[in-house]
Amino acid sequence: MVTSRRKFIKISALGLGGLAATSTAYKLFASNPILDAAIKENIAKKFVRSATYCEVCFWKCAAWAYTDTNGDIKKIIGNETDPHCYGRLCPRGTGGVGMYNDDDRLKTPLIRTTINGEETFRKASWDEALDLIASKFKHIKNTYGAESFALLKHGSPGKHLEHLFKAYGSDTIAEPAYAQCRGAREAGFALTYGSWVGSPEPTDIRDTKCLVLIGSHIGENMHNSQVQEMSDAIDNGATIITVDPRFSTAASKSQHWLAIKPATDIALMLAWMNVLIEEELYDKDYVKKYTTGFDELKDHVLNFTPEWAYGITTIKPEEIRKTARKMAHASPSVIIHPGRHVSWYGDDTQRARAMAILNGLLGSWGRRGGFYFKESIKVPKFPHPDYPHPKWDWTDIGEKFPLAQMGITTEVIKCAIPSEDNKYPVKAMMVAGTNITKSIPEKKLLEEAMDNLEFMVVLDTMPMDVTGYADVVLPECTYLERYDGIRSATNREPSIAVRVPAVQPKYDSKPGWWVAKQIGERIGLGEYFKYDDYKEVIEWQLNKMGTSLEEMNKIGVKHFPRKSGPLYLDEDKNYEFPTESGKIELYSKELKNLGFDPLPVYTKHPEPPQGFYRLNYGRAPMHTFSRTANNPNLNDLKSENNLWVNPKVARIIGLKTGQSVWLRNQDKITSSFSIKVRVTERIRWDSVYMVHGFGHNNKKLTRAFGKGINDTQMISKVAIDPIMGGTGMRGNFVEILTEDPHKTIEI
Amino acid sequence: MRYAMVIDTLKCVGCSDCVVACQTENDVPIGYCRDWITETVNGAYPNIELELKSERCNHCENAPCVRCCPTGASHIVEGGIVLVTGDECIGCGACIESCPYDARYQHPDGYVDKCTFCHHRLEKGQLPACVSVCPTKCMYFGDLDNPNSEVSRLLKNRKWKTLAPEAGTKPQVYYLI
Repeated sequence: MVTSRRKFIKISALGLGGLAATSTAYKLFASNPILDAAIKENIAKKFVRSATYCEVCFWKCAAWAYTDTNGDIKKIIGNETDPHCYGRLCPRGTGGVGMYNDDDRLKTPLIRTTINGEETFRKASWDEALDLIASKFKHIKNTYGAESFALLKHGSPGKHLEHLFKAYGSDTIAEPAYAQCRGAREAGFALTYGSWVGSPEPTDIRDTKCLVLIGSHIGENMHNSQVQEMSDAIDNGATIITVDPRFSTAASKSQHWLAIKPATDIALMLAWMNVLIEEELYDKDYVKKYTTGFDELKDHVLNFTPEWAYGITTIKPEEIRKTARKMAHASPSVIIHPGRHVSWYGDDTQRARAMAILNGLLGSWGRRGGFYFKESIKVPKFPHPDYPHPKWDWTDIGEKFPLAQMGITTEVIKCAIPSEDNKYPVKAMMVAGTNITKSIPEKKLLEEAMDNLEFMVVLDTMPMDVTGYADVVLPECTYLERYDGIRSATNREPSIAVRVPAVQPKYDSKPGWWVAKQIGERIGLGEYFKYDDYKEVIEWQLNKMGTSLEEMNKIGVKHFPRKSGPLYLDEDKNYEFPTESGKIELYSKELKNLGFDPLPVYTKHPEPPQGFYRLNYGRAPMHTFSRTANNPNLNDLKSENNLWVNPKVARIIGLKTGQSVWLRNQDKITSSFSIKVRVTERIRWDSVYMVHGFGHNNKKLTRAFGKGINDTQMISKVAIDPIMGGTGMRGNFVEILTEDPHKTIEI
Repeated sequence: MRYAMVIDTLKCVGCSDCVVACQTENDVPIGYCRDWITETVNGAYPNIELELKSERCNHCENAPCVRCCPTGASHIVEGGIVLVTGDECIGCGACIESCPYDARYQHPDGYVDKCTFCHHRLEKGQLPACVSVCPTKCMYFGDLDNPNSEVSRLLKNRKWKTLAPEAGTKPQVYYLI
């Protein structure tokens, strides 16, 4: 094995004197009898509450953090007036306190060093770490240009660093939320309706009569207000139709579960269109008034009968007809849900298009119980000089994907690998708030890229796997310990929420905004950070918006009246959609002009060879990505993932529930760790399933290390969406190994 | 006054929010819980049924834990809530053995602990923490002696079951099915 320069370091694995001493000191914060005694008295104690919004996932529910007289956060409760949570946080939000209490947190800045020939981290002061980072910023700019310093980011800290990078002259910025997640759906819906679906999705679930979920598992994904509204829909007697090869929680709440063969959704949707048109069940007035390209669509789907789809999807023709009629019966109060994580098979924009077209035929866009017209309020920009214009940026890097509307992480990462064709060399990288080793497929490529970087800095609250590849690691404080940008919600009506610190940052951790400002000032960008505390920015913005921090501290969430017009289409007036034609584009001339199919076409995708099973992955309601696996409260609920295996498969291989197995994929990549089998009827015989976000490599994550398998490690083959650059990740096949393939377990 | 909890299994998604909310509200140490989620799968692919539900102490009218407690630490208060007085509990574990719902655990400090229906919150007019936080709003709490309460109406209008009725404990947590 070639020793890589950027050898993965399990933080403090070498147990250097300084670090070892530090970790002993930190044990003081762990639970002890004195704390336990204090706990018993707590119920009688008075709490102080602070306004915040959650950062355990991207839904950003507004909440109150309750702090006791000792200054400890005791509980977090949803803000009742918040449209993201209606006063009820999900388990991750309720367990957000574990993010603050986790004694495995990053505690001080760390700098990569070599001692006795071995690479390790040493503890550093903030000044030393920031000076080093600043010197690299200057060096990269002077040597290659600022564009060669890339930022991969997610969430609130990402926004502060994005400001730093843009001020510095780099817009080489991307996040996995696009190409690895919802990008294809945004492209597909933008092509059809002229606007993104966005987050939260403007699905009018609470008033719907029919909710159609295609591989979307609300209830296992805890997209809070959607889960709540689905519950309301159940109370209201709505029909739920779930299309999923796995019997998901949502499937168990459904009147119709279509146990589809994986990778065939487009065929099913084409057949649904065929039924709606052939049986003249579509919303004729709506289609006539608001859409264009219906005749082309009609011709296109003429032969895509339910009988045709049966052979592909394994869904019986009668079931396809029955469900299409149910949707039409509920029309326009019907939602073909766009889903969220949709980077599956490489034709994902086209699958999203099929969903968008179905919604168009059913007349649900802009209708009660379908999709409402969302609205948000613009938060005024705190004044700063204009950003310089980079010579190249994420758009140039993603130029071969004509409809990419955000940076494509995987393309930015590829730019770090030197080659003659590489016009956009990335030489340094900052990673903030995203554990890219678990969110980006093709680990070999990622490691090669990171190995070629001259400099890499990671900002996180936890010693995530990605920190092991960094030259400098910066400990960010949690959302409960910092001010952050104002959350402007895109919803039925505009609202804002604030995040104020409930407690002082633990250990030597710092807020993302502070890190951005410190680096900025060190590289001569002080003009972009004209505040001592981010609080000043929020105060300025709130005053401009007609409120104040004082008021927001009391209410947490403030609502504003709608200004963009009614929530639904006003049928008496003309409505122009923000597309080229001003209509809903069932047939896409834009796609045609770019050389793509103007109407969705079913393409057959590879199937697992003998002895292999398609690897499907998803979410557990108590975890977010790989972010929460070590959270003491949430780890307590689910500490590892399981491999779902159909009983037929279990009989063939001889597997029992609870048995540990390893996986090897089509490219001979073997899982680092084992996973316990769960034999269940809830999964098809051609697939296996696991929850994403487990199998952590870093020993410093004491609860999560080595627990379960990291699904992303098994995803070495991606199907790239040629339209927007998404990385389809569901075409990987695994065999199940009952014997430990690692002679000695590498730790 | 007869407090009861009604849980709609048709809405529960098994997210475990009730578990975390209880832990943070009642300072239940990590590794222990007063409530928990069960999942039951019946049938064979693709004809499957899945039931998810949140379980806890059933605050039984005929509570074996109270009958077997040698010190009187386990007792029933107004509204039928079964409580344990930590100071009087000697940690003998008889109640843990007697409970058909496995609802009690020994706290690391020695005494036996379990769901209190958030008695301290009820006193302040608040709902139990689990009920107040549930994102699916599948949990209801109220007085069964009041025929107009939400719980009474739900039990009158919907099909329901209780757990282990054969144990004869008269449990007061009801599951809508």
